[in-house]
Amino acid sequence: MLKTTDNKDRLMMIAFTVAVLAAPVILAPFGAGYPDLMQRFAIYGIFAIGFNLLFGLTGYLSFGHAAFLGVGSYAAVWMLKLLSVNVIPAIIFAVVISGLFALLIGYVSLRRSGIYFSILTLAFAQMSYNLAYSVLTPITNGETGLQMDLDDPRILDAATAPGQLPPPSLFGLEMGDTHYLSFMGLDLQLNVGFYVCAAILILMFYISLRIFRSPFGMLLRAIKSNQTRLNYTGVHTRPYALVVFVISGMYAGLAGALLVCMDPLAGPERMQWTASGEVVLMTIMGGAGTLIGPVLGACIIKYFENIFSRVNDAVVSNWFSGLPDSLGDFFSAIVSPFLGSGWQMSLGLIFMLVIIFLPGGLMEGVTRLIGWLGRLFRSRNNDEDAETTSAKESSPDPHSSRPASPKES
Amino acid sequence: MSDNKFKRRSFLKGSAALGAGVVAPTIFTRTASAYTNEPGDSRVVLGFNVPQSGPYADEGADELRAYKLAVKHLNGEGDGGMLNTFSSKTLNGTGILGRKVDYVTGDTQTKSDAARASARAMIEKDGAIMITGGSSSGVAIAVQSLCQEAGVIFMAGLTHSNDTTGKDKKANGFRHFFNAYMSAAALAPVLGKEYGTDRKAYHLTADYTWGWTQEQSMIAFTEELGWETVDTVRTPLSATDFSSYIAPVLNSGADVLILNHYGSNMVNSLTNAVQFGLRDKIVNGKQFEIVVPLYSRLMARGAGDAVKGIFGSTNWHWTLQDPGSQAFVKSFGKEYGHPPSQAAHTCYVQTLLYADAAQRAGSFNPCAIAEALEGFKFDGLGNGPTLYRAADHQCFKDVLVVRGKEKPESEFDLLEVFNVTPVDKVMYEPDNPMFAGGSLGKCNPGT
Repeated sequence: MLKTTDNKDRLMMIAFTVAVLAAPVILAPFGAGYPDLMQRFAIYGIFAIGFNLLFGLTGYLSFGHAAFLGVGSYAAVWMLKLLSVNVIPAIIFAVVISGLFALLIGYVSLRRSGIYFSILTLAFAQMSYNLAYSVLTPITNGETGLQMDLDDPRILDAATAPGQLPPPSLFGLEMGDTHYLSFMGLDLQLNVGFYVCAAILILMFYISLRIFRSPFGMLLRAIKSNQTRLNYTGVHTRPYALVVFVISGMYAGLAGALLVCMDPLAGPERMQWTASGEVVLMTIMGGAGTLIGPVLGACIIKYFENIFSRVNDAVVSNWFSGLPDSLGDFFSAIVSPFLGSGWQMSLGLIFMLVIIFLPGGLMEGVTRLIGWLGRLFRSRNNDEDAETTSAKESSPDPHSSRPASPKES
Repeated sequence: MSDNKFKRRSFLKGSAALGAGVVAPTIFTRTASAYTNEPGDSRVVLGFNVPQSGPYADEGADELRAYKLAVKHLNGEGDGGMLNTFSSKTLNGTGILGRKVDYVTGDTQTKSDAARASARAMIEKDGAIMITGGSSSGVAIAVQSLCQEAGVIFMAGLTHSNDTTGKDKKANGFRHFFNAYMSAAALAPVLGKEYGTDRKAYHLTADYTWGWTQEQSMIAFTEELGWETVDTVRTPLSATDFSSYIAPVLNSGADVLILNHYGSNMVNSLTNAVQFGLRDKIVNGKQFEIVVPLYSRLMARGAGDAVKGIFGSTNWHWTLQDPGSQAFVKSFGKEYGHPPSQAAHTCYVQTLLYADAAQRAGSFNPCAIAEALEGFKFDGLGNGPTLYRAADHQCFKDVLVVRGKEKPESEFDLLEVFNVTPVDKVMYEPDNPMFAGGSLGKCNPGT
């Protein structure tokens, strides 16, 4: 049993790695193959994976995770301003600071569970938001957001071109550098920043996989299923929950640092409760407690935010230009409220549909689809040859090897 | 298990090598064009990045209308609007440098993060050569620095903070709109004449860069008159109910309330203040007064009767009688059925100024365009003779002091121009302390 799980994990890991590295090819046909959005997919993927470690395993629903993202962002900008435009110190510093911040908040919030825990984390996050917005203006620059400046000290690399702000880089590799490539009629944009994010995403996914499979992960799942029983059997659960809370906070801080490394600006709205709600949405939409689900959810929400919101009336009427005028107007009148500034409405609709019909998130949909396809094959093959069924069923599909829900994994 | 671990490790090594292999080619190649998003021979893409949601959504909608109108005029459709009155005659309705003007739009959500994401998408995905828009100074400053890093021109839309062309100025960024300092300089003499020189002022201020500099400028100029500043209170930009901020004003002993608010913030705070009966109060033996330093017609319409008799300043107003303003109001009205706001005006003008600069420079290279705009003197765009100062990329022109009309004739006729303050009264040196601290840096053409 252990052996097969390992094999499945290995397959999933390989499939995930290939899919992430080939993202520019996969995403280009959807109009999402440009650096900014791909970076966002990877970064919010990391954020959601980290959130899922806490929520998917222990069931503790944190409504304030954006605070850690924000703290990581500010910490990273300060490193870029004070030390060096190299992203490594910025990332390390951000992860450490957000980990400490998570330790502080987790220590207090984890004394309660359920809704009280959620409200506590929400309160802390709103507090951090307000601090960043007005009280700590000298550190955060308030609503305008903290940016790099020409006259920053930057101790380690003071000698840069005069009058130009050096972009964040990894030992001379600028994050904004993009290589353009034509591939099967698609214009691919291979961006340094994206591949830095992608490498970190793959690493973070692997760590999350190991945590899911470890005895520690098992204990976290036990906290989710029945914490009281654990306490009665003599297991003190709070340290375990605190550890995973801090890990999760560090994931968020890492995501915040990467956001800054890709685009050196940190604004307080990153910490607002809507941003905290967004990661909950991502995780639930993709499938809480699954490994790939959160990444998928993050991609879908960011896709809506960045692509659907930019479809304007002119584009819509262009789609229906082939139809007769009255019919075209009719269709664009129906479609346009859901596009452009109405993108949140269509996202809301999809979220409702997912919750109602696929309570386990999109990954439940994928598993059901694969199960249905499997049954279809089986019934067809039963008529012809019953022998081949088992072979088809165990075909090495990366998705089928992925656990559908925490119970199964 | 040890056997498994070994495989895991070798797998990790393998994937790391694979990752490095994919990253490697990007190290050695860069694009060949001379500057970011060098356009082809047939079309050029402009990015209109405006708030379609949030407290400045009304302004954003009007800005977008103006941009679309400007694109039409540049492409030779419609009646040409201000192309006919503009003192520079290089634009002839054939697009820019013979290329058809195309545009993409985006929603800034009045948030720096979202605005930068939207602007980056325009630059990276749609190949926009110029970004314009913004109805919040915080957003404008954030997008301006992004454009500086990316190597495209940023033509600021409605942004009134001193910092946009002050401590946060950038070589690739240009502002036609006036600023908080000019508002205060134009408004203070009028306030002194109308309300006297021994007033006590209480400030409510939107808590971000624009509010801060507006408050600073108003305090500086009113205290010069002899006014006293009783208190200054910061309110969050996202606030919608200001009653809890208004109540303390009554007990503070102040007899003037200065609302450093804009957009729906101002609509709500002014309405709250009037509902609390502030304007009917007599404090210190004087009639209580309210001042709104930055006014717009859209806000006046939102606030309704509350604006009657209230002073403020504005960049432009549609009732101006010069040929440029008239041509613009006529073609905007024909297109959309109502007169344009000051936000629409500045955005339209910025688009024309960019197009003209490209035409005169004979190139879309940001550095060539910046050179063409720096020190450019022009007229016929509704504000009289105007100078784009090279030192800070700020336009200098007359400033209008306006007052809410007591008897409006229509829903658009809500403000009357009380006074036109000539440009030399609002001029300042680039090293004025309210603007000091930053530097333009060098123009960045990207790649």
